[in-house]
Amino acid sequence: MTRILLSSVAAAAVLASASTAFAQTEVQFWHAMGGNLGEAVNTLVDGFNKSQSEYKVNPVYKGSYTETLTAAIAAFRAKQAPHIVQVFEVGTANMMAAKGAVYPVYQLMADAKEPFDPKAFIGPVYGYYSTPDGKLLSMPFNSSTPVLYWNKELMQKAGLDPNTPPKTWPELGEMAKKAVAAGAKCGFTPQWQTWTMIENYGAWHNLPYATKDNGFGGTDIELKFNDPARVKFIQMLADWTKDKTFVYGGREGKSTALFTGGDCVFHVASSGSAAGIDKALGGTSKYGIAMMPYSPDVIAKPQNSIIGGATLWVLQGRPAAEYKGVAKFMSYLASTPVQAKWHQETGYVPITTAAAEVTEKEGFYKKFPGREVGVQELTLNPPTANSKGLRIGNFVQIRDIVDGELENVWSGKKDAKTALDDAVKAGNDQIKRFDAANK
Amino acid sequence: MEKRVTFNERWLPYLLLGPQIVITLVFFFWPSGQAIWQSVLIEDVFGGNSKFVWFENFAQLFRDNSYAHSAQITVVFSFLVAAIGLGISLLLAVMADRIIRGATAYKTFLIWPYAVAPAVAGVLWGFLFNPSVGIIAWMLQGIGIEFNYVINGNQALLLVVIAAVWNQISYNFLFFLAGLQSIPKSLIEAAAIDGAGPGRRFWDIIFPLLSPVGFFLLVVNIIYAFFGTFGVIDSLTKGGPGKSTEILVFKVFNDGFRGQDLGGSSAQSVILMVVVIALTVVQFRFIERRVHY
Repeated sequence: MTRILLSSVAAAAVLASASTAFAQTEVQFWHAMGGNLGEAVNTLVDGFNKSQSEYKVNPVYKGSYTETLTAAIAAFRAKQAPHIVQVFEVGTANMMAAKGAVYPVYQLMADAKEPFDPKAFIGPVYGYYSTPDGKLLSMPFNSSTPVLYWNKELMQKAGLDPNTPPKTWPELGEMAKKAVAAGAKCGFTPQWQTWTMIENYGAWHNLPYATKDNGFGGTDIELKFNDPARVKFIQMLADWTKDKTFVYGGREGKSTALFTGGDCVFHVASSGSAAGIDKALGGTSKYGIAMMPYSPDVIAKPQNSIIGGATLWVLQGRPAAEYKGVAKFMSYLASTPVQAKWHQETGYVPITTAAAEVTEKEGFYKKFPGREVGVQELTLNPPTANSKGLRIGNFVQIRDIVDGELENVWSGKKDAKTALDDAVKAGNDQIKRFDAANK
Repeated sequence: MEKRVTFNERWLPYLLLGPQIVITLVFFFWPSGQAIWQSVLIEDVFGGNSKFVWFENFAQLFRDNSYAHSAQITVVFSFLVAAIGLGISLLLAVMADRIIRGATAYKTFLIWPYAVAPAVAGVLWGFLFNPSVGIIAWMLQGIGIEFNYVINGNQALLLVVIAAVWNQISYNFLFFLAGLQSIPKSLIEAAAIDGAGPGRRFWDIIFPLLSPVGFFLLVVNIIYAFFGTFGVIDSLTKGGPGKSTEILVFKVFNDGFRGQDLGGSSAQSVILMVVVIALTVVQFRFIERRVHY
């Protein structure tokens, strides 16, 4: 009897201590930033928490972008959604179409009476995540764009000038072949191949990815990335696989290991990989960053690139008072010192022009040459209908389809034209389903 | 004489069965019911926009090339896993049956792989065959075979078959061994006296008497290949490269959780449920009476 009495007293004490009234309102922030990016997020959130005492943002790493989104969806359906969830850019159309689940940022800021200036943001970054009439739906957080990384040592070994990267794809091919002949294990490998070699190739060369302004103008669209220019480009890469001028390293970010391991000479990858590459290769004397190559027979000068990365979406379903804390956190994130620090620490592009200017003034770009390339690519020219970005429903499945078809090309199962045509056909099916589900 | 347990209180058997029934209801009936319900809807991921569409999701699957492809891969995969798994474990059981010394040690080593979780088995074999750092991949390169399962679909399929078979061998081995040991020695001795060699003794006497066990294991292995191999596929290839290892159960996961197509994914789930119910019915009707342990 005494044992039961003692244990129930202990249980009651534990429960009582757990339910002490919180002085702070907690804001749940689910993100997909692992490794050193995750540490940068924690530092950033710490700064906010220390700057005021009313709200406490709790950053939780939920895994990959896909895992984070899946967790948020499940939580929302169980009415336990986090306040903020980081969703990759390809989820934009799906998030926008989710009726009643999303709390648009422009509305959040207005409701919480937080100052908010749309003009402070960099054009392509803001435009990707707003409605056609300029209302921001989600807060840009970590935007990146593909850049060309090159290994200076391997270029030197091949007798090439390590400070002159290739400007065009034919040039890159020649340099890569020379490097492989001089002993490099691989000439070129792309990261996130659907994003760099198909989507951004289109924007860079002013070619459409889909009808209706790449999906900005509606959901009943058709895919158009199997144009002759891209077929020719992919076929060229497929031919390069034969002598290791091109080596496929796997989906998403897996191929970066080939570059950081010193196997590949050239790597087209996210500007957000800069910090990790710098750490792995050991400083800017070992690698360089430049603009992506272009195909001079398709376009005389490159157009502009489009962003990748992710944004922060605010979910409905929490008590109204808590959203004021969310709005304050958003203001904090967009503030110049925070954006400048985040940009410098990670390689993601600064989302406000002020942050870019401050970084320049601090001499950061002189110390780390190449980090300004991302912003330069994004702002190279005013975006056309083909280079504002992409807004495609069921984009995760479509990217999977394209990934699979490209893998068929690399393994020799299909030629580029068949693969891209098949990808467009299967992708159009996905778009029809998305359209039907969201009418 | 029928064996029956009698209870003094009428409510006691229900109370004892209660927890199991609750678990079955919550973890099996409820999700299955939800899958059936969701398979006739098309909705957006957050559940906000649900439309009742009768069997449109199922019709879509039968129109879909990738579903047919996935079904084809599943059939090939299950056939390979069942055939190779049963073949190797039968061989091992026959050999282990004849050992007298150290039998326990051999049996322990042969049973041990079953304790490894499928995902871990996938990672294990992934490491061995990893194109950059794998030992076996390196040895293959030494004899001229370029093994890269990240690019080559057939090699990826072979690799997941190997990992899945390795994981299941112990289970098959145990049943075959028990089946072998239940065959009366007198039959085999009689055959030996009549002049039958070991081959004939095996094929004409042992194999037919093992067939109930064999058929039971065949059904279990097929169900395993359909469902239990999810962990191996997810940790090794995630259905790639180019969907060459996307078996049906993985496609359910991929379409539902990565692609957020809950309607289509639930429809696939329902189809798989029908398949496994059919297989289990076959097993119960034809096997259960004839297997001896």
